[in-house]
Amino acid sequence: MDHFISLLSIFVLAVFVGYYVVWSVTPALHTPLMAVTNAISSVIIVGALIAVAVPAMGSASWASKIFGFIAVVFASVNIFGGFMVTSRMLAMYKKKDKK
Amino acid sequence: MNANLASLLYLVSGVLFILALRGLSSPATSRAGNRYGMIGMTIAVVTTLLSHQVLPNIDALTIGMIVVALAIGGGIGAVIAKRVAMTSMPQLVAAFHSLVGMAAVLVAAAAYYVPESYGITLPEGGIKTGSLIEMGLGVAIGAITFSGSIIAFAKLNGNMSGASILLPGRHLLNGAIAVAIVALLVILIVSKGEATWAFWALTALSFVVGITLIIPIGGADMPVVVSMLNSYSGWAAAGIGFTLQNTALIITGSLVGSSGAILSYIMCKGMNRSFISVILGGFGADAGAAAAGGGQKEARPVKQGSADDAAFIMKNAGSVVIVPGYGMAVSQAQHALREMADLLKAEGVKVSYAIHPVAGRMPGHMNVLLAEANVPYDEVFELEDINSAFPQSDVAFVIGANDVTNPAAKTDKASPIYGMPILEVDKAKTVLFVKRGMSSGYAGVENELFFRDNTMMLFGDAKKVVEEIVKGMAH
Repeated sequence: MDHFISLLSIFVLAVFVGYYVVWSVTPALHTPLMAVTNAISSVIIVGALIAVAVPAMGSASWASKIFGFIAVVFASVNIFGGFMVTSRMLAMYKKKDKK
Repeated sequence: MNANLASLLYLVSGVLFILALRGLSSPATSRAGNRYGMIGMTIAVVTTLLSHQVLPNIDALTIGMIVVALAIGGGIGAVIAKRVAMTSMPQLVAAFHSLVGMAAVLVAAAAYYVPESYGITLPEGGIKTGSLIEMGLGVAIGAITFSGSIIAFAKLNGNMSGASILLPGRHLLNGAIAVAIVALLVILIVSKGEATWAFWALTALSFVVGITLIIPIGGADMPVVVSMLNSYSGWAAAGIGFTLQNTALIITGSLVGSSGAILSYIMCKGMNRSFISVILGGFGADAGAAAAGGGQKEARPVKQGSADDAAFIMKNAGSVVIVPGYGMAVSQAQHALREMADLLKAEGVKVSYAIHPVAGRMPGHMNVLLAEANVPYDEVFELEDINSAFPQSDVAFVIGANDVTNPAAKTDKASPIYGMPILEVDKAKTVLFVKRGMSSGYAGVENELFFRDNTMMLFGDAKKVVEEIVKGMAH
């Protein structure tokens, strides 16, 4: 089987998983949902790390290292910022005190 | 680390991300979910650092660059996350989307310059057709996400007018740019990736179309726009995931893509508008002009009350339903509102909160603000759950909301908001409206509730009015 087909299968199945999982999210948590999806979509940092690690030989590889560097900065703003702001929000959701 | 082990670990982090979203099905499990997300991210990053694509190449320069980048990015992210006000969440999320979009563009550009590092070269030289398509899509969607989110940020943050800006012939313009982007992608593929100018022209045009797409969309349609850009950032990540053949990216991208799409759908349904009509933009502009033209026709009398009147009415009520809207967020009235609710509860009044799906500027915006003010989440209800309670309620306290309560949405077929689900505050015995003035809402429609006998208007800034009511209750 072509490698592309297996990746495509993962993609299609993940879209369905996403569909059902997101419908089960309570509307009260839609803002944290957006913040956390932001954080996890920054897993694109894996591509940025590979780009930075390209051996520095010639202008093309330097372009890659620099693009990668900037992308790591952007993605890590999102990763740290996204997860931290999500936990800050989630910490505020409290139930009624049982007094 | 061998490639199979790396793939398995990426799969694990993908699964942890699914669990992170799953946790959000209830506030009780959400915090654990967020931890799963962090663990998943850590696994993905460590796996990449130890993979055959990074570890063999590692030298002092590379380590230095990675550490510095993580320190800069992580530091900025942490400071922002600590300092941002909850009312500014929509802007923050828009800003974060733009970063994901830009990161996608940069990673695709890196892969374009050194395709051999990603194993996407053809044996005879050049880049594989499939990879060019994935890369082209990733770049285009990423660039649209970036510039579109910047515009959304500027509109939400007030750097730019929230009104819809209509460029002449914008549909034609966007269509032409879309055709040009596809043509450039074809040139890129035919040249097997040699046509560097086509790659950058494609990127540049995608930046432009991101701007022209979002500029005509007005402020109150922002919940849809923010959700849509959320979705785009996911699809961009998934596109890059195919280029990198990385399952964690593909799984995450599709999760985020469908999440944003579902939120857009929920927001559109909350306004009874089609996704297409929101995207085409211009809503509020035409209707607003019509209302301004015909608005002078009569000055109908409204019943205006003071904060003391409102305090008296609510203290003597059996039940009060509070309906917050964007106006509450703007004036940061949520803490004062909670204080008022506490005083009412001390008097034995039953207090609950009713939230319309599109209240505020992003999905769930009001819920976060109320949570910030320590309102217990089991006192906060969604539209379907609270509407049946209005007929038994003594007071509906509408603060900074307007269109979402307008009965014209049910009765007036000619109204631009006809068919939109509303909070039926008109069924409550008394309706109190806290508003800055008599202006109509975003849709430019007059709300006939203002003129009813059982309605009392409380004019002023939401926070000041509530603070005065709190004072009024004390004596």
